[in-house]
Amino acid sequence: MTAVSSPWISTWVEVCAVDSIPLEGGVAALVHGAAVAVFRTYDGTVYAIGNVDPFSGASVLSRGIVGSRGDAPVVSSPMYKQAFDLRTGQCLDDASVSVATYDVAIMDDHVRVGSAREVP
Amino acid sequence: MGTTSRKRIVVVGHGMVGHRFAQAAVERGLTETHDVVVFGEEPRAAYDRVGLTGWFGHADGAEGLSLLPGGEYDDPRVRLVVDSVVTEIDRAAQTVTVVSPPPGSRDVRQGALLDQQSQPGTVTIHDYDVLVLATGAAPFVPPVEGRGKDGCFVYRTIEDLEAIQAASLTATSGVVIGGGLLGLEAANALVQLGLDTHVVEMAPRLMPVQLDGAAGATLVRHIEKLGVKVHTGVLTEEIEGGEAVTGLRVRQAGTEEGAPTTVIETQVVVFSAGIRPRDALARECDLETAPRGGVLVDEQCRTADPHIFAIGECAAPGGTMYGLVAPGYAMAEVVVDALLDGPGTFTGADMSTKLKLLGVDVASFGDAFAATDGALELTYADAVSGVYKKLVVTEDGSRLLGGILVGDASAYGILRPMVSSGLALPDNPEQLILPASSGVSTGSTGGWGMPDEAQVCSCNDVTKAQIIHAVAEEGCETVADVKQCTRAGTTCGSCVPTVKNLVEEHFASLGKVVDKGLCEHFRLTRQELFDVVAVHGYRRFDDIVEAHGTGRGCDVCKPAIASILASQTSTHILERETVGLQDTNDKYLANIQRNGTYSVVPRIPGGEITPEKLIVIGEVARDYGLYTKITGGQRIDLFGARMEQLPQIWRRLVDAGFESGHAYGKSLRTVKSCVGSTWCRYGVQDSVGLAIALELRYRGLRSPHKLKGGVSGCARECAEARGKDFGVIATEKGWNLYVGGNGGANPAHARLLAGDLDTETLLSYLDRFLMYYVRTADRLQRTSTWIEHLEGGLERVREVVVDDALGLGAELEAEMARHVGGYADEWAETLADPAKLERFVTFVNAPDTPDPTIEFTTERDQIQPIAPALIPVGAPS
Ligand code: SRM
Ligand SMILES: Cc1cc2nc3c(=O)[nH]c(=O)nc-3n(C[C@H](O)[C@H](O)[C@H](O)COP(=O)(O)OP(=O)(O)OC[C@H]3O[C@@H](n4cnc5c(N)ncnc54)[C@H](O)[C@@H]3O)c2cc1C
Ligand code: SF4
Ligand code: FES
Repeated sequence: MTAVSSPWISTWVEVCAVDSIPLEGGVAALVHGAAVAVFRTYDGTVYAIGNVDPFSGASVLSRGIVGSRGDAPVVSSPMYKQAFDLRTGQCLDDASVSVATYDVAIMDDHVRVGSAREVP
Repeated sequence: MGTTSRKRIVVVGHGMVGHRFAQAAVERGLTETHDVVVFGEEPRAAYDRVGLTGWFGHADGAEGLSLLPGGEYDDPRVRLVVDSVVTEIDRAAQTVTVVSPPPGSRDVRQGALLDQQSQPGTVTIHDYDVLVLATGAAPFVPPVEGRGKDGCFVYRTIEDLEAIQAASLTATSGVVIGGGLLGLEAANALVQLGLDTHVVEMAPRLMPVQLDGAAGATLVRHIEKLGVKVHTGVLTEEIEGGEAVTGLRVRQAGTEEGAPTTVIETQVVVFSAGIRPRDALARECDLETAPRGGVLVDEQCRTADPHIFAIGECAAPGGTMYGLVAPGYAMAEVVVDALLDGPGTFTGADMSTKLKLLGVDVASFGDAFAATDGALELTYADAVSGVYKKLVVTEDGSRLLGGILVGDASAYGILRPMVSSGLALPDNPEQLILPASSGVSTGSTGGWGMPDEAQVCSCNDVTKAQIIHAVAEEGCETVADVKQCTRAGTTCGSCVPTVKNLVEEHFASLGKVVDKGLCEHFRLTRQELFDVVAVHGYRRFDDIVEAHGTGRGCDVCKPAIASILASQTSTHILERETVGLQDTNDKYLANIQRNGTYSVVPRIPGGEITPEKLIVIGEVARDYGLYTKITGGQRIDLFGARMEQLPQIWRRLVDAGFESGHAYGKSLRTVKSCVGSTWCRYGVQDSVGLAIALELRYRGLRSPHKLKGGVSGCARECAEARGKDFGVIATEKGWNLYVGGNGGANPAHARLLAGDLDTETLLSYLDRFLMYYVRTADRLQRTSTWIEHLEGGLERVREVVVDDALGLGAELEAEMARHVGGYADEWAETLADPAKLERFVTFVNAPDTPDPTIEFTTERDQIQPIAPALIPVGAPS
């Protein structure tokens, strides 16, 4: 996709109020049938990545612990603890693994999740 | 005979060396082809005789010293029969006669002092293909008049120790006859028993075998400072008294009979005048013994009869007997090797010794008396600080031959291996014994500079290369790891400082500071963090990481801090400040399963449950279609609950009187019980009642790792209490408390902390023990590893918990009281708080849609998860 997607276009799905995502916590949302994990980091930034943990196949990444590794904001999978970079979806414990990331927009204090970004 | 080709080895004597033989037989695979039967005369399995004095006066002396706790080998092909004496060997028939006296019938003092006059017991005859004599040695009691009186003892077994202890209760003064190594050990015991202690030695100095005159004199000065009166150059004429000892009459050595004598008043006399190999069995069946005692054996420790071997202190390889444990261990290994057709030989041993005698370091190694032709002596003496050091070097000063160290033996670790390895001495060898400030430092306990083949642990024959290998190749990171992996340091302990240095220097050489920090965010250990939190009164992760860490934390430090905060406050773990720190399972108060569903484990204290409650569990499981299983922890686990179902399920359970079982937390799990005295015909206490009380007392306690307990109603131990972090076993008089057990990957048996406690004392010890653990253990350290890593080990725990050596007892109990008082069921509280319940939805924007990846099939009439389609990826690292 090359066209810049706009949050006003209906492919964006409103997920929840920003406040209902705990700081350094996550929630799961259903976005066009896909489970997406939406996190809020300590500085207030909201990120969205696929919710399915690639190592176990379970839809659980939103329930992981949010923190940092070096400069990267990360979530660690609640299943086997691998860390994923919230910005890129890259697994930091296995270079060959990553999960999808999604566009995020905040409007009227609510979080909207857009399409899956293309993997660079 | 002979339907099987398996052979039978009979071992006579289960002392330190007999035990090592059995261990080596298992480890080296000898038991694949041989059955091993060990007969031991003592009423218990082998124990650490070397450590006898160290354990004096402690409640679990016997238990704590054991080399084979539990009394059985894991390998069923090795059988140990204690309380059984081998009385005869029939070489022609290849049999031994064994008399098993009924337990408890031995007169301790007489049994030890006089000839074994065993009670009439059961006599049995046993065949052998191979016979191994490991009967050790007996204390030598010189033919002094009056030596049979009440109050006369020897010092070799736990029974001897107990008898001396009993006698000391009514005595004020005690005399040790013999000023050698063992005599000083015995003197140490008498000092610890509070007796006015004398040592009488015939030679002109103490430890005449190991020390020269100057060293002996230095030692005397140290010992006399402790109040021990040393009489050297003195002969014992007679032990005075009627039935019981009242005094010891002595005269100067070298004077004529009839010369003036003096009397030392005493009620206790301990003979430590040397040992004699117990070689009578061999002599009676016409095997040759050495002129000074000991079964004569060749380099493979074989007697003239090819089926009979002798090892340890009863043996005299090449005519010499060795009164130390290390040569005995070496002999045990040699015999196992011989039976496997290996080439091993025993050709003499390093008789070096390093000891702490009455708190004074004493070491003697190699050619301590400069007996080698042309040997030179270098000595350093400092009368003020009581240090004496002597090096014996070759005529050209190029090699070290031996030495003596008194008062400061820190150089022993580097010096002794220099002797055995022949490492060239530095140009100024005297620097090796001068105080560090006056010249080059030897790195005191050293180690790094020694050659690879240098022997670091002489007790267990472990070289530097083997230790480095364990660290570099086998993943050992701590001294405790190395001990486990190589056995170095597990016997007399004198090499531990060197081992520690080697481990640290190895990591330093890789440029690594041994980092004990929790993770990249904190350089502090869990214990340090615990203290920091307590001192500053922190309640929020943010404050802690800002002041003491970096970044935003991770799945290692966050749960650790959550646990620390939970231990110091009684707030609900799902409060806004801490919910994000909790481990996955704690976050939802349930255990996550492979498909993202959860399991539900209600608490069933002590495993006791009413039929009504069982029915409720059954109904809930049925209504929600949960897979139901009895756990290994005496309760019931309900699997397959979706996250959003958890509150509804728990509502039903809480209404029926259940509460959280904390199967998810690093906290108390279960206190397993056996049915105990209420029903069981053997039970002596109400184990179920106590298990329930303990489970309710400690439920919800957050700890460095999970905690489990057990209570058995009698010594049959049906609750497997010794497999738990804390285990209680009922006795006729109360409760025995064991600590530090676990199952899992590295099973450990709990060890006795204190015995025969009343319930109140038991609770106060347990409160202290658990809080001490919660405060000081590392993250994910079970109690066994924590104790193992604690400086001083179980002994330290006992000092803190039982003796209250740190004066912390009341504080620890108060902390526990706060926990007990502040406990509330996490599930009941969660159900009562809509804010906490909000999080139990699968999709925030579609609360009614279940997770489509969760699917089940049916097996054996219950649900089973269908594995979610895996996105193919590399294996988790
Ligand atoms: C359910 C149960 C197995 C069963 O079906 O019987 C079980 C299940 C789990 N055990 Fe266990 N253990 C269960 C009894 C045991 C026992 C037996 C016992 O307690 O008597 C042991 C050995 C005893 C011990 O702990 O010392 C045991 C030793 C372990 C260990 C190894 C601990 C160790 O120190 O080495 C782990 C791993 C860990 O905790 O790090 C573990 C971890 C686990 C975890 C939590 C693994 C995980 O993270 O998913 C399992 C999930 C529990 C769940 O979903 O409910 N489980 N586990 C048992 C629950 C008992 C209960 O009522 O709470
Ligand atoms: C207080 C003390 C301190 C010591 N300190 C040190 C030290 O610091 N360093 C050091 O190296 N050594 C030390 N020793 C010596 C060390 O304990 C011995 O070298 C070691 O125990 C020898 O082991 P063993 O198996 O040969 O004999 P033991 O350990 O004595 O075992 C022999 C066993 O055989 C049993 N037995 C004998 N005859 C029969 C029979 N006919 N049938 C069945 N069973 C029989 C005995 O009851 C005994 O249990 C010390 C000893 C004592 C007492
Ligand atoms: S441990 Fe003792 S009291 Fe408990 S059930 Fe077993 S035999 Fe009975
Ligand atoms: S030297 Fe005795 S344990 Fe190592």
